[in-house]
Amino acid sequence: MEHWRRYPRVFWTVLSAPTFWLAVFFIIPLTLIWVYSFGEKRGIVDIEITGTLANYIRAFEPVYLQIFTKSLWIAIVSTFICLAVGLPVALTIVYAPKRWKPVLLMLVILPFWTNLLIRTYALIAVLRTRGYVNFGLEWLHDQALWLFQLVGMGPIGIQLLGERFEPLEMLYNNGAVIIGLVYVHLPFMVLPLYAALERLDRSYLEASLDLGAGQLRTFFLIIVPLAMPGIVSGLIITFIPVLGSFLTPDLLGGPDSTMIANIIERQFKSANDWPFGAALSFLLMYLTFGALALRAYLTRGKGGGLEA
Amino acid sequence: MFKMWRKWRKEHPAGPLDYARKWPLQLTMLATFVFLYAPIVILIAFSFNDSRRNIVWRGFTLKYYEKAMANDGLIEAFVNSLTIAFVSTIVSTILGAMVAILLWRFRFPGKPAYEGTMALPIVIPEICMGVAMLAFFARIGWPTDLIWPLNLGNIIIAHISFSFPFAAVVIRARLAGFNRELEEAARDLGANEWEVYRDILIPYLRPGLVAGGLLAFTLSLDDFVITFFTSGPETVTFPVKVYSMVRFSVTPEVNAASTVLIVITLVLTAVALWMQNRSSSKND
Repeated sequence: MEHWRRYPRVFWTVLSAPTFWLAVFFIIPLTLIWVYSFGEKRGIVDIEITGTLANYIRAFEPVYLQIFTKSLWIAIVSTFICLAVGLPVALTIVYAPKRWKPVLLMLVILPFWTNLLIRTYALIAVLRTRGYVNFGLEWLHDQALWLFQLVGMGPIGIQLLGERFEPLEMLYNNGAVIIGLVYVHLPFMVLPLYAALERLDRSYLEASLDLGAGQLRTFFLIIVPLAMPGIVSGLIITFIPVLGSFLTPDLLGGPDSTMIANIIERQFKSANDWPFGAALSFLLMYLTFGALALRAYLTRGKGGGLEA
Repeated sequence: MFKMWRKWRKEHPAGPLDYARKWPLQLTMLATFVFLYAPIVILIAFSFNDSRRNIVWRGFTLKYYEKAMANDGLIEAFVNSLTIAFVSTIVSTILGAMVAILLWRFRFPGKPAYEGTMALPIVIPEICMGVAMLAFFARIGWPTDLIWPLNLGNIIIAHISFSFPFAAVVIRARLAGFNRELEEAARDLGANEWEVYRDILIPYLRPGLVAGGLLAFTLSLDDFVITFFTSGPETVTFPVKVYSMVRFSVTPEVNAASTVLIVITLVLTAVALWMQNRSSSKND
């Protein structure tokens, strides 16, 4: 690493273009939104910057506060489901035979490279009322009825299971949003967990098992505490994009599964209240920064498992 | 086959730490992969299904691919997406390489803050960036009635803004393995600054540039949220088009179009991985 003064011409060349781009096409737009968040709407397109805090105060009205708490709740539940699924998956990959490891990791990451919209759409086709899950369940239902008939208990079967299969409503509710969020964000969780577990010293586990602890005890008393920095990292890395999700609640959610991003979109499109939308965007951004700061604080000096 | 496997298992009993050979973990793993892949596999399979209802298998057909090809709106959106991704990739790779070289080579005051700002497009929620871009282009009065490739300009600008910091991360990772002695040797032998870059650093960086570029390409091709806020009625991209189609119904044409996009992404990912492997094995 050299001091920039040694090669000022090279330094200024590589500094200029990216800095210009970031300043003009990223920082200025964000600043604009930040300024708008202290403004008031006048007419259809006019926004007057009055320095008011009304937009931020409005975000704490019960209607919006409820959406914020609901978004946080959905994000937390989805993140912890990702952890519950991701931990055994990461553990299996870490202890898989050497030549299988890259293949298994690749299989976890691959869906990540396919378009988010396509994956969400694929999930709709699976979950909808006339979708594959319901189709499969209907088939099982009919087979069960047929079995009952076979043993001469047809009427009982109909009474137990109903004559016709009632498809489950799996789409357009909070459950669908959570399934969708887990589906999309699982790789975010598995990678930091994998990195943390890979670094774990195996002799601790052997010692624990030798000294008579069972597998479950070893898992909760040795593996989990040792992998804690990676777990915290994974939780927060997953939580941030989940909290800001727009597409998943928009396509899979019902009228009551609105998340923060959806009301922001509404302010900028149909409701056309940009100052309020800007204030909401910045509140979401502050939450994101808060989560990042928390991660930096909790994993300080321990390595968050992101380097791998 | 099965007998041999049983014999092998007898000779190689699972140790206490062989978590990959414990059935509860194997089952979780299998269930996870089914969960991750079944929807995509079903989507691809049913794009070839000869039935509009799209539930029961009624035989192989390519007619939905023909239908998708005949859908002018869809094709236009596809061409738009590829054009945007192409331009965005070139600019993002150049800007990303500059950032990578800057942060790898120089010490300068305010560097941690600069690095932090450069990472902002990676960490802030997409929706915030989307609305910021919408407000920005509305504020500066970006013309909306330009002719074809130019009317994509605002989307391209937005895509570059979120892609090049990602490209910079990938390219910087490659730079970390560069042997500075090569550079010194070139200088000792009389190369000037420009020649060092042209003949030593850029050739060394090439796999990193390709990997960073492919990442930028996929990011651009995949982006929905930010494009959703910057695109107008005349400038629809593929994901935005699919979004508007999905809102109405689930149709085999969408399956067919999605399958094409999945294949493109998979091929690009495979190329990127192959390039990375080749470059790392060359160095070892």
